[in-house]
Amino acid sequence: MSHLDALPPWAAILVAVFVMLGALFAFVGSLGLLRLKNFYQRVHAPTLGTTLGTFFMLAGSITCFSVLHGRPIFYEILIGVFLTLTTPITLMLLVRAALYRDREEGSADVPQATLRE
Amino acid sequence: MTRRWLPYPILSALLLLIWLLLNQSIAPGTLLLGALLGIALAKVFGLLRPPKARVRNYPLLGLLFLRVVLDIVRSNIAVARLVLRRDSRTHSGFVAVPLALTDRYGLAVLACIITSTPGTIWVSYDPSANVLLIHVLDLVDEAAWIDTIKRRYERPLLEIFQ
Repeated sequence: MSHLDALPPWAAILVAVFVMLGALFAFVGSLGLLRLKNFYQRVHAPTLGTTLGTFFMLAGSITCFSVLHGRPIFYEILIGVFLTLTTPITLMLLVRAALYRDREEGSADVPQATLRE
Repeated sequence: MTRRWLPYPILSALLLLIWLLLNQSIAPGTLLLGALLGIALAKVFGLLRPPKARVRNYPLLGLLFLRVVLDIVRSNIAVARLVLRRDSRTHSGFVAVPLALTDRYGLAVLACIITSTPGTIWVSYDPSANVLLIHVLDLVDEAAWIDTIKRRYERPLLEIFQ
């Protein structure tokens, strides 16, 4: 990674700030998995990592490589696009599976199914 | 002729754009392969016989996008604060939102919005009653949430897709 030496100080600081912010959001999201009390609450936490966490990481990557190569490089945006489009599917599957089990067990914490669903 | 070869011009253009971005070049060869991929994949997509999508209001779509980005940033901070709070008991719960939106694409966009925003998840949707069930992490006022979803997201989506 010696070519990173070529990064001017202002860019290095900017990239560091972006990456740290991204790591911070991803960390808080993971911490939420640990601290929140039930499944439905926990499933909220990782969205921090997939939204702002990813955003700052990508911003750091875009800044770093655009400066290093001296031209705009922004194909990292695709990662963000695909993440945004695919996360809902996984989350919905997980939540619906949990809901199905809770309803089968007759849990009082979840709303019961409407007649036709 | 155009309809036969380019049934979904926007989709083909987007696929071409993704291909160019991934390859990071606009050399003639890459362009040609990207265009071929865009046309071929759009034709494959057509085999699924997707219902026709009509976006009626592009400026509003942009406005909605900006609003969602802002909401995502705001709720990121709110959820982070909730997680880091010393007393970790939060009152969360399910909210049933009666919808007026029935367009499939509108619902898909709504699902992306609700799930991408930390603090709310799409749980299930009942198409016969047109009721959406969401789970809210920090539930204080149920009516306020129903109002927020309907006013901030559903109304523009109705105007855009229906």
